[in-house]
Amino acid sequence: MKTMETEKPVVKKIKELAQGIYNKILLIKQPQMEMPIRALSNVSYNNKDGYFELMGKKKVRTLTASTIKTFAQTLRMMNLSKEIIEKDDIATKREAYYVSKNWGDARFKEQPESDTVMDDIEAMMQVNREQIGFIPEEKGGDVAGKLVVIDKDSDTGKEVRIDCTKFGSGAYSVPSSVEDLKFETEAKFILAIETAGMFQRLVKHNYWKKANCILISLGGVPTRACRRFIRKLSDDKKLPVYVFTDGDFYGYFNIYRTLKVGSGNAAHINEYFCVPQAQFIGITPQDIIDYKLPTHPLKEVDIKRAKDALKNDPFVKHYKEWQQAADQQIKMKARAEQQALAKWGLNFVIDKYLPDKMKDSKTWLP
Amino acid sequence: MVKKSAEELAKKHREISIAEFFEKNRHLLGFDNPKRALMTAVKEAVDNALDACEEARIMPEVNVELIQLSETRFRMIVEDNGPGIIKAQVPKIFAKLLYGSKFHKLSATRGQQGIGISAAVLYGQLTTGKPATILSKTEKNKLAYQIKLKIDTQTNSPDIISDKELAWEEKEHGTRIEIDFEGSYNKGRQSVDEYLKETAIVNPHITIIYTNPEAIQLIFPRATEELPPEPTEIKPHPYGVELGRLMKMLQLTEAKTLQQFLTDEFVRVGSGTAKQICENSALLPKTSPKKISREMVENLYNGIQKTKIIAPPTDCISPIGEEALEKGLRKEINAEFYCATTRPPSVYRGNPFIIEAGLAYGGEQAGDKSIRIMRFANRVPLLYQQGACAITNAIQTTSWRSYGLQQSKNSLPIGPCSVVVHMTSVWVPFTSESKEALAHYNEIVKEIKLALQECGRKLASFVNKKRKIKEEGKKRGYIEKYIPHVADALKELLGLEEIKAKEIEDNLGEILEHTRGELEEITVDNPDYDPELASIGKESKEDDEEEPEEKKARKEKKEEKEDKQTTLS
Repeated sequence: MKTMETEKPVVKKIKELAQGIYNKILLIKQPQMEMPIRALSNVSYNNKDGYFELMGKKKVRTLTASTIKTFAQTLRMMNLSKEIIEKDDIATKREAYYVSKNWGDARFKEQPESDTVMDDIEAMMQVNREQIGFIPEEKGGDVAGKLVVIDKDSDTGKEVRIDCTKFGSGAYSVPSSVEDLKFETEAKFILAIETAGMFQRLVKHNYWKKANCILISLGGVPTRACRRFIRKLSDDKKLPVYVFTDGDFYGYFNIYRTLKVGSGNAAHINEYFCVPQAQFIGITPQDIIDYKLPTHPLKEVDIKRAKDALKNDPFVKHYKEWQQAADQQIKMKARAEQQALAKWGLNFVIDKYLPDKMKDSKTWLP
Repeated sequence: MVKKSAEELAKKHREISIAEFFEKNRHLLGFDNPKRALMTAVKEAVDNALDACEEARIMPEVNVELIQLSETRFRMIVEDNGPGIIKAQVPKIFAKLLYGSKFHKLSATRGQQGIGISAAVLYGQLTTGKPATILSKTEKNKLAYQIKLKIDTQTNSPDIISDKELAWEEKEHGTRIEIDFEGSYNKGRQSVDEYLKETAIVNPHITIIYTNPEAIQLIFPRATEELPPEPTEIKPHPYGVELGRLMKMLQLTEAKTLQQFLTDEFVRVGSGTAKQICENSALLPKTSPKKISREMVENLYNGIQKTKIIAPPTDCISPIGEEALEKGLRKEINAEFYCATTRPPSVYRGNPFIIEAGLAYGGEQAGDKSIRIMRFANRVPLLYQQGACAITNAIQTTSWRSYGLQQSKNSLPIGPCSVVVHMTSVWVPFTSESKEALAHYNEIVKEIKLALQECGRKLASFVNKKRKIKEEGKKRGYIEKYIPHVADALKELLGLEEIKAKEIEDNLGEILEHTRGELEEITVDNPDYDPELASIGKESKEDDEEEPEEKKARKEKKEEKEDKQTTLS
């Protein structure tokens, strides 16, 4: 199988790590595992390439009485990864958690524990989770519009052409691994939408036909697969990416920022799992005023999230526009949802809002 | 209704003798139920024997024998090696209440009032109608004499039944008392057995040979050949004297002037202080004590309170000592941690006193029950009325949570712990004549709390250490648990052979042990523990609990009622 050549280096790397630990033990020295710290405090915004980049801070886990359990679990998990890759299989994160139930005292009590260990391995080896054989069970995102995705049939290996205009009122689901997909399209841009509700409206009224675009539903903070899919599609076909979320800090700094530059937690793979070319078209704080949108009051937690981003998020710290927007909204003490546009009529978003915004790039945020 | 004249009624009024009073109020002396009566009788006899020996500077050896005569009747025989009692004194000592050597002086002896042993004689006489038999010998080559006597309750005077001289070959000197009475023999925390054991624990210089009603002989041998320092007698301190007592002292004194009276009859009063007192009382120092009126006494009393007088001397009391107290605990309780402390002397109402406290923690003690309390006053165990005692109150109002015990507000702490508190003083303030509970003087409660806090702090550091070691042990268990997993995972990852996996396990063991150092262990290591001793007084569980206070109060009330009825009829 074609995957063997690409995956073998991962197995080799796992073995190298294990060998290093083994050698230390043979010398009666405390073995260590070294991994980058996965947090916003350990990333910087790479302006040139447009994504969050790891800084040098590393976490060293030395084998002691208090770390031995995690140590054992990490080695067990590495072994599971090796077995999966060698068998050219995959395991979801939840399946991996259930496999650990065989490990006696070293088993995980809850899935978040096993997810953390998995992320540690991923970071330690500087690879993507899919490369070590684990896939998330969450959905990658929905796609509709002028796009043909070329995939392969897993039995025959033959090409499968998926026309994303032919799903009617439904949509194509982004698979968990997108590396081998190919695309054909004549669309002019990609529109990434936060909520499934807004996506439904745009699909129902064939907005993609009118605007000649590809619609993608993010469904909250975009998954890695979804981010990679948009990036690959955008890169391959030289398409601009516009992002349309709720007018709140969650939409700005969790959804949009993660899509554009990646996250602190997965900083070691951000380079590939981000969409630096993404542009934020709305709903901006100014839109709330300009379109006289009905609002909800900001909660304490919302304001705290904004202040936290202003203080700690390297992306926000880099862009004055975002700082101003955040300040503006904090002063406004209000937020607005995408669907608030329905105040001006159900199809106001299609007939007026989106066309207007597309025309005027000055109303966008970077 | 027939009206009665005042004269007729007056006929019914007559003096009540103290003996009569206690005949009807025997619960005040600790003879309220058969079980407690047995314990109290033994206690009074043994306390007297020990006081007599110590006063004569003789190492005490006391023989206690209880013989069960019938289901409810017992004979108590207590024999000591003390100095003996001269013949003329015997009747008064044993058959006249409130006759004693200790009431009028202030020194740290067990007895105080001169009630105890005659009360036992009275109780025997009340329940069996039999006289007590006293045998005493004062010198090696003299004959001993045996006196049988009763108490004439109407006059509170001895009634000698028989009196004869006989040889008491095996004894050089000493006294033996034999009383028959109604009683009930039990074991448990409030038994004769427990009383004698605790006595032996806090009096390491005495030997007790005890034969219980089951004819089993228990010997508590002395642990030291050293007598405690002789309790010295002190004159009263002016602050501790009440108005009535002051009046009586003025009547009885041989002093010619008020100033002389003050310097002669009180401790810590020199001529300077005496003059000061006179001045503060607006009295002339030369006034004759006999001529002082009641109003003048009141002035004098107030004058004393106004005058600054040095605290009484404290060398007149001797504590058991931290070491001896801890050793006693070690004998009795198999625990992991012991500590004891002796407070510096303090004063309440002009009486010097010392508080000592100790505790034993962990080991074989139950962790889910209230702590065990052992109370002592002048080296006498206090087994009854725990709830009414100032010691209990002090323990309840001390905050034990920070010392590692559980406690709900103002109640006894819960945990595997025993606490012992000893108060020694020239005058121990008891709440009643049965001498089972300390009165709540603020100064005393405060000192007890300070002593408990001192012990508590030591306990806290031990409990913390124990917790740390427990955690360490847990961590080590952790290591042992996960080493095989590390080895197993590496074996599979690298395709190692079984023998290599074994090597990994060994090496990991070495690496981790090395970084942790030796594991300290806390175990019960107590060579002083005497399981046989500890088991004494423990057998019967159901008798352990003290009678609920409420029930007791009701009982007392009932008795009072009966009392009234009899006086009226």
